[in-house]
Amino acid sequence: MKHTASLPDRSMLLIASTIISGIIAYVMILQKNNIESYFVTPVVMFFCFNLYFASAWNVSRVAKIVAFVGVLFIGIPMIGFTNSLYLQVAVTICIFAAMSLGLNVVVGFAGLLDLGYAAFFAVGAYLWAIFGGTQANEFIAGNLFPLNGNLVFIFIPIALFVAAGVGALLGLPVLKVKGDYLAIITLGLGEVIRVLANNLNKPINITNGSQGVRIAPNPETSPLAFITVPLSEATGIPFFQMQLTMYYVLVLLVVLAVVIFTSRLDNSRIGRAWVAMREDEVAAQAMGIPLVRTKLIAFATGASFAGAMGVLYAAVIGFINPNDFNFERSTQILAMVVLGGLGSIPGVIFGAAIVVSLNQLVLVEISRVIGLLNLPPRFDPTQYQQLIYGVILISMMIVRPKGLIPAKRNPAKLENLEHGELAKGVK
Amino acid sequence: MLLNVEKARKVFGGLVAVNDVTFQVPEKTIISVIGPNGAGKTTFFNMITGIYQPTSGVINFDGKSLIGLRPDEVTTKGIARTFQNIRLFGAMTTLENVLVGRHSRAKTSYLDAILHNSTYKADERAGLLRAKELLEFVGLLDKRDELAANLPYGEQRRLEIARALATNPKLILLDEPTAGMNPQETEATKHLIRRLRDDQGITVVLIEHDMRVVMTISDNVTVLDYGTKIAEGLPHEVRNNPQVIEAYLGRGAAAGEFGKTAEGGEAA
Ligand SMILES: Nc1ncnc2c1ncn2[C@@H]1O[C@H](COP(=O)(O)OP(=O)(O)OP(=O)(O)O)[C@@H](O)[C@H]1O
Ligand SMILES: [Mg+2]
Repeated sequence: MKHTASLPDRSMLLIASTIISGIIAYVMILQKNNIESYFVTPVVMFFCFNLYFASAWNVSRVAKIVAFVGVLFIGIPMIGFTNSLYLQVAVTICIFAAMSLGLNVVVGFAGLLDLGYAAFFAVGAYLWAIFGGTQANEFIAGNLFPLNGNLVFIFIPIALFVAAGVGALLGLPVLKVKGDYLAIITLGLGEVIRVLANNLNKPINITNGSQGVRIAPNPETSPLAFITVPLSEATGIPFFQMQLTMYYVLVLLVVLAVVIFTSRLDNSRIGRAWVAMREDEVAAQAMGIPLVRTKLIAFATGASFAGAMGVLYAAVIGFINPNDFNFERSTQILAMVVLGGLGSIPGVIFGAAIVVSLNQLVLVEISRVIGLLNLPPRFDPTQYQQLIYGVILISMMIVRPKGLIPAKRNPAKLENLEHGELAKGVK
Repeated sequence: MLLNVEKARKVFGGLVAVNDVTFQVPEKTIISVIGPNGAGKTTFFNMITGIYQPTSGVINFDGKSLIGLRPDEVTTKGIARTFQNIRLFGAMTTLENVLVGRHSRAKTSYLDAILHNSTYKADERAGLLRAKELLEFVGLLDKRDELAANLPYGEQRRLEIARALATNPKLILLDEPTAGMNPQETEATKHLIRRLRDDQGITVVLIEHDMRVVMTISDNVTVLDYGTKIAEGLPHEVRNNPQVIEAYLGRGAAAGEFGKTAEGGEAA
């Protein structure tokens, strides 16, 4: 409380900055054909900074909402119409943000180091890729597949429960061991799922092995087509452009749901038990917290988010293969969590945004420049992503162990209690 | 008897840390467990609270056996404790530490928490009210938003007591509650422990090195030495018991005079 009071209120500054970035984006749309693609990048960065300011500055609630709605629901789609690359990146960011929020429950809140998180992502992704594409015809007779794309909304809850179940099943033996052992066992489990995905193409072809599974894009049956088709006809925006925008809105809403979900858990008996366990297992247990069960809930919660996002990933990207779910993927998600701030919800989203943009924008751009300069391909930074995650993890541990936006504990709301609430009386 | 321990024994490898100790705690009393360093006092607490399983013996609480229960199950049965080396949840606020103590008494399920339904709201409100009461009781209400790790030492000890009380115990085990406190703080803590029994009706067992505290607040004192119970009785009886004097002073004198160099030599 003391700390926030001493910071100046910057609400006006934030609103102004949001409006300015909006105007710039609008001008860009008008001048669409005269604008070089590299002009877009700084504008996008400007947007991102607004979001960062909204989370890090001391601003009023209204200003925060203006900034978030302005940037996320208006700014980014506007940019998307000039350059769909950014919209694609934004979709990927949202998918990974939701997933790292799930890992944040496991690693950030409950303090369980999970190095095989991508396994649950794989469970969800394969679930949809197999049934949402034609792959299921390989082992189910009757040529029933692909399923209608809108069934993805049924598969998301299915994946939620399947991944939670797989998580609980794998977690039960694992969560009885401590710290470092847990990290190593989850690392192994992650690999097991990848190897399964790689080899379950014989005797029955379930996963199509290392070839991966593709869902053919189809304007008729793709998810949300019932909105996308009429919208695209009405506005004259090409179908796939419109679809991308719809996907973006969809994953954004999913992130919003996940944020509400995890922050509610965090502020409840369950979330407090997680943090207590992370801080001191012996004391937590002495406070009546059953360790294995509480860890299992954290583990299954994280897994279920990854499973659900796997379904969306498969639906939106349309192609998956076993290497999408390797150890590198798990470290990538972990890097997002650690970079943003263990246990910090805004931090983790921000971490996801940075890591994804780094991969899909910055590194790609650098490697393009290297190509132009005729430097040898070994200088291509996209080859070194694993190294970059390592550097991120280690340097964050040294320089800012609490992450870019450190987790805050909420001050007590006793004041509300005293006025009225208290009078009602509680048994 | 609220707590009835019979012939409890704990062996670590070759070391008998607690040697067939029989120990009884009537309801609404304050019992002190004393003894030189390494006497097995903390191990004794750890056996009662389920952190260690006894090698042999009987531990009954409220007529039911505690053997085989996990620490969280023991807590749910109504035994709370504090730790000799303070074990607060450092990254949580003072108030949150107390709220964690309510874990086993709160009813919010996973679904309730996500839905923010009436169970959740009633539970949170009840929790906050209770936490507020307890923080007031130990005098830490104005520090409620402070991180536990940032509290001074004496306040951390009191917060541990508030957190333990939040589990709604019938019996509270305090492991050296005044360790590291100055005389004023010690006096206040003594007063607090008395109020635990008199105002809240909670039975207290404490491990304590400060004899002034032990002698003034205990209804009964049990003395351990090398894991064995060597005396038990009213404070003044124990104080004048030759075996107790020897356990303390005998070794103290030896350590003070010629033991010092021998111990120093051993350590080096
Ligand atoms: N987990 C353990 N493994 C092996 N030996 C242990 C363990 N816990 C305690 N001991 C040993 O048991 C004996 C009793 O220790 P305990 O901590 O119970 O003593 P204490 O009476 O609480 O001493 P102090 O007054 O110093 O706190 C000591 O010799 C100690 O080294
Ligand atoms: Mg001890």
